[in-house]
Parts: sequence; C-alpha cells; structure tokens
Amino acid sequence: MVGRDPTMTAGGGPLAPGITPRLTRLPPTGTTPPVFYRQKHLLAIEGLAPDEIGHLLELADSYVLLNRSGKTQRDLLRGRTLINLFFEDSTRTRTSFELAGKRLGADVINMSVSTSSVNKGETLLDTAATLNAMQCDLLVVRHDQSGAPNLLARKVDAAVINAGDGTHEHPTQALLDALTIKRRKGRIGGLTIAICGDVLHSRVARSNIHLLTTMGCEVRVVGPPTLMPADIASFGVTVFHDMKTGLRDADIVMMLRLQKERMTRSLVPSAREYFRFWGLDAEKLAYAKDDALIMHPGPMNRGVEIDSAIADHPERSVIKEQVEMGVAVRMAVLDTLSRGDGRNDV
Amino acid sequence: MSDVLIHNVRLLSEGLDRPGDLLIRDGLIADFGPSLGCPDGAEQINGDGAILCPGLVDMRASLGEPGFEYRETIASAAQAAAAGGITTLACLPDTMPALDDPALIHMMRTKGEETGSLTILPYGAVTRGCRGEEMAELGLLTEAGAVAFTDGAKAIASARLMRVALSYARGFGARIVQHPEDPSLAGSGCATEGAQATRLGLPGIPAAAEAIMVARDIRLARLTGGAVHFAHVSTGEALDLIRQAKDAGLNVTCDTAPPYFDLNETAIGEFYTYQKLSPPLRQDADRRAVIAALADGTIDAIASDHQPRDTDDTRLPYAVAPPGGAGLATLLGVTLGQVHNGNLSMAQAIDLLTARPARLLGAEGGRIAKDAPADLCLFHPDRVWRVEAGKLPGKAQNTPFDGRPMEGKVIGTWKAGRRVFG
Repeated sequence: MVGRDPTMTAGGGPLAPGITPRLTRLPPTGTTPPVFYRQKHLLAIEGLAPDEIGHLLELADSYVLLNRSGKTQRDLLRGRTLINLFFEDSTRTRTSFELAGKRLGADVINMSVSTSSVNKGETLLDTAATLNAMQCDLLVVRHDQSGAPNLLARKVDAAVINAGDGTHEHPTQALLDALTIKRRKGRIGGLTIAICGDVLHSRVARSNIHLLTTMGCEVRVVGPPTLMPADIASFGVTVFHDMKTGLRDADIVMMLRLQKERMTRSLVPSAREYFRFWGLDAEKLAYAKDDALIMHPGPMNRGVEIDSAIADHPERSVIKEQVEMGVAVRMAVLDTLSRGDGRNDV
Repeated sequence: MSDVLIHNVRLLSEGLDRPGDLLIRDGLIADFGPSLGCPDGAEQINGDGAILCPGLVDMRASLGEPGFEYRETIASAAQAAAAGGITTLACLPDTMPALDDPALIHMMRTKGEETGSLTILPYGAVTRGCRGEEMAELGLLTEAGAVAFTDGAKAIASARLMRVALSYARGFGARIVQHPEDPSLAGSGCATEGAQATRLGLPGIPAAAEAIMVARDIRLARLTGGAVHFAHVSTGEALDLIRQAKDAGLNVTCDTAPPYFDLNETAIGEFYTYQKLSPPLRQDADRRAVIAALADGTIDAIASDHQPRDTDDTRLPYAVAPPGGAGLATLLGVTLGQVHNGNLSMAQAIDLLTARPARLLGAEGGRIAKDAPADLCLFHPDRVWRVEAGKLPGKAQNTPFDGRPMEGKVIGTWKAGRRVFG
C-alpha cells in the first residue's frame, strides 16, 4: 500500500490533539507483548472488561500506523489458517477480515455458504466438523441467526470471531467505531453518543451499546418506538423518539441502516416518512455539537436514513475512516486471538 | 400373578395421608391401611417409609409416534414414563399423520396397552391435520376414545373456529385444550420479549400474547357454554384471568409444566436450545405467579409437556431449533422442589400430578381406592440425584433441567399390579 503520513487521518485531516503517533509501539517482530485479553474467542462485546477493550484498541491503533507506513507483519500469522465462513452476504466485512489476515501473513480462505437450503443448521455443524478436520486456527463467522457463532464455538477447536450474527452482536464493528472515535476525539469515556434508527434489528447497535456504556459514555438511542427493542433502557441507555432532542449536544451521531423489509413488515410506513422524521439531514444535525462526528456502519441507504450531503461531509463524516479502522481492528483481533490458543490468562 | 404387599409406606392420595400397607391382587388395589396382614404366598416389599402414591397422570406429552420415531418411540417414552412414576399419559395429536381419525385413536390406545406399563389416552385433533381449518370428526373421535381435543402445539387461531369447536364439543361433553398464544402477536418470536431477548438478539414474544388468547377463549367459553382448558400456562396475567373465570363459575381449567415454575428466561444462557420451549421461559415474576396459582388451586394439574427432540433438532441456531423439552423423567422431582421449599404441601403436589389430571381426563387411575387399578408410584421424597442429559431413561435427552440437582426419586412403579420400574 501507499505510504501515508501516519500523523494524518484517512480523510487527510490532522489527528485530534492528544493523539501522538506511537511508532515505538508497533508490535515488535518475534517477541510477545503482554496479553490483556482473557477470552479464547471474540463472540460478543458484552462481557468484555474495559481493559480487554482498551487492549484491543491500543493494539489496533498501532496497526493503523503500521498500515499507513506501508509496512506489513507477514511473519506474525505465518502458517496459520484463517477461514472466513460467511453464511450471509457481505463484501466489506469479509474483505476487511481477508485483508487483515493477509497483512499478518495468514493463509486466508473464504467460504460462502448459502443459507437458502432448509437444513441450514445442519450445514452449520457439518461445516464446523469439516473445518475442524482442516486444522483451522482462526474462524471468522457471519450468520443470519443470533447465536450461531456461539454454537460453532462449542464445536470447533479454532478461535471463533463473530463477524455479525443475526440481530445479536457485531463486535469488530463496535471496536472499529470505538477506534475511530478515540482517534478523532482523543478519548471515548465521557462522550455523548446518539445511536439512531433501527436499533431493534441492529447487531451493530447492540455491540456499540455494550462497548460504549462499558467505556463510560452517555449513550442515547433514537428512533421510532416500533424499532426500539424491549427494555433497551435496562442497558443503561436513554431512549428518544425525536431526533432533535436525541441529538442535542451529542459528540457522535451514529446512524444505522434501515432495511427495506422493515417497511414490508409495516414497522415504518414509508421511506419518505422515515427520512422526514429519522433521516439525518443538516437541520437535525444542527442540534448536535458543532464538531459532532457522523458515523455509519455501511452500506448506506442514501436518502433513507442519511442525506447524501451529510454522508459525504468532508470534515464531519468519518464513514470512510471507519472502513480503514476496520482493517486495523481486525488485525488486532486476529493477532490477539492467535497468541492465545485459549490460554490468554494474564 | 401372586399377591404383592407393599408395607411400611406413607400412603398418599387425594383425601388419604397415613402410614400403612397396600395389597395388590389381580392387578387391582385389594386393600390398604395400617398394618395389613400378609396373605400366604404374597410377595412382600418393604417401603422403608417412602411415599406410595397413585401412578402419575401426565395430561400433556408428545410422543414421537406416529411420524417422528427418530425422536422417540412409544416404547422408549414408556420406559422414561415408568422411571418417572407415570402410568397414564395423554398424548398430543399433532403427529404425522395427525390424530384426526378414529382408527388412529384406536391405534394409540392399543400401542399403549402393548407397552404393558403405560396407559395412553390420546387427544383428538380439533381440526383435520391440526391445520386450523376444517373441524375434525369430534363425535367419532370421542366415540373412539379421544379424551379431549386440541391442535397440540398450535393455537386455534381463528375465533370463529374456536367458537364452533367449543360449541360442538360441548354436545359430546368434550373439552377443548388450547395452546394459549396469539400467533399473529407471537410471530416468529422465540423468547419472552424483554431485556434478555433484546440482549441475545432474539425476536421476542410478549407475555400479553398468552393473556390475549386466554381472555378471548374465556369469553368464547361463556358465549358457548363450552369447556376450555389452557395448557402450559406460564404468565401471571393469564392466570389472573383464569382465576376470575373460575370464580365466575365458567368451565375453565388449566395446567402448567415444571419449567414454568422452576426456571426463568435466564436459563437460555448462551443460546442453549434445550431451554427453548413454547411458550418461552418467562421473567421471574411470572414464574412466581405460577407457583402462587399452584398453591391457591387456580392451576388444576402439572403436566410434563414432554416434547422429544433429537440432536439434529437441538444443534441448531436458537431461533430455528424446534421448541420443546423432555419432561417425563423429571416431572415428579421438579414438582417436589416446590414441596421442599415450602410452596406446596406434599398432598397438594401429588394431587396436581394424580387425582386432578385424572378427573380432567376422565381417567381410571390417579387414586388409591379399593378395586382401583394398581397403578402406583413409590418414591423417596428426600433421595438426591442429578439430572444429566445423555443419561436419562428413554431416547429423548433434551432436558431443560440438565445439571439440576433433584431431591426426590422414584424407586418403584407398578402398572395394573405389575412392577414396571425399580
């Protein structure tokens, strides 16, 4: 990759004050840094301690610098097999994991399994048995059913990384969002973050809520009552149904994707009504802080949950930067889990 | 068959609770009471002070036959039932084919007799194929020996159809057994709506889905004068409605199953499909309301709600795994938990498992009386054991109580005077 100035963000803007490039903290080749992550797998953000999240973010931060410097760490995962097992279509997450694995020198294999067959669960465990026989070291799983990675993790020897399961969790997305925030704002704790839109069906929202509340943020969820999960307030968030009050003085506005099938299930009447009340446009954004950042996990529905001009806002939209952080975060996760072999105790 | 004298036991049956002996002759209870003499040639069994009660009457269980023999056969279910002290069992009709034809009702009764250890009382289907469309031949099915009517795990969704069924069944003195859950509200839900389901990212079923169906059917029972029975009731709200309907003199009854007074939604843990039940495990306030309704008599019976599943069913992502737990071997032990912790008296617990369901089903068993069939269960109320999936009697191992310590163990089961367990 092209060498870039590591003191600049992906968008070309300067790093936030307080963030200094720490080239000295690049993972040194051939030595093992102390491990602060105590799980064999990464199935969920829920249950991770602040120091485990902090460790992953710090390591990922160093990988951002490595990636920008154009160097690679191709010996780190040499001889290790990473399998991307995707039961649900995804281009960006799969590519991101693939790139992360390759930059660390792993043998990366992509498997896409159709879930259209009736016996999808049978396929899941049959596939697990096959992968086990292939001595896979790192297994990245995306599935349209909540809990499918947990089921797989009970059946395979590999370290399992959840790349999104149903409406449960998407832990690496939350980590990359946190890294984006931390690099731009210099901190995570103490910020006010509004997560807006279809929280009910969003695994991204769940993982982000767990991560951001664990790290001491004020988290708000904003959206129509039909797209709010039951008892979401018990997760330590505040619920708003109105964007203007929900966004007031927010540091971060995190938009969620609204899937078309939500309309067919009558949870919202139409795209234009949704955009009118919950789509992010300049008028609603004006209620957030002047320097509030705009985030979206992608892929975006322009004109449904977010106005195109806002999505492309040169200073405030960090949507492209999120993608860059995704690779670094996944490198950090692969690095950490590959060191553990389930014996990650401090 | 020679006479059998079971002595030194606590005799426990509706209206009976005293130490004594019991004599079995020709498959019947010939006599019982304090210090019976031992007739010449009688086999003697010393009960060591254990409790001798009627064989349990389980008013709701699914059998794998016909159609799902890979999950469980009748022979294997009978083995599990005997180990659980159950001698009479009412089976659900949502099999393949469904029990919607008199010949199938005959077949199930005969298959029960063939086990030699278990009386099978089949429910008839309310609708053909349990599809919820056209009414089955309730009259002919009654004549063939169907004890009541239900579409099994499926609710009778249409109010019009429920009205017709209640009204028509009334003419034959038959009860309609409802799975109380509004299907349009429950949708594809698989866990109780609330923080737990939200956390796991599972589609929720609001507790109101049960109360709405119960409220509707109570109203229809009043409209028709028919008899409705609500199966595996799991929420306090529904139990309040049933309590009021009973007070108003309507012909409304209900049962619950051990998971609903022993477990709550947190048992799902990390997507454990053995705990995926229908209705779903509820919040703890509902569990406590079920216990209160057992104690005050609102609930008429405790049924196993046995649903055999094999590993192809349970090793699936949570939302797509079929719901249901094995329950025959654990019915008594889990119920005794409520006696040990003081919520129910021993007599109340045994009545809920014997006399009261027997009356609802019009079954012969369920009581200790002279010349009644010698269907008996001898159990030690304090003996401990641990439930272990994989080591339960019978084929179905999908117990929601895996790992649970139990206090109370069946040590002998008799069917028509013949010892079938222990």
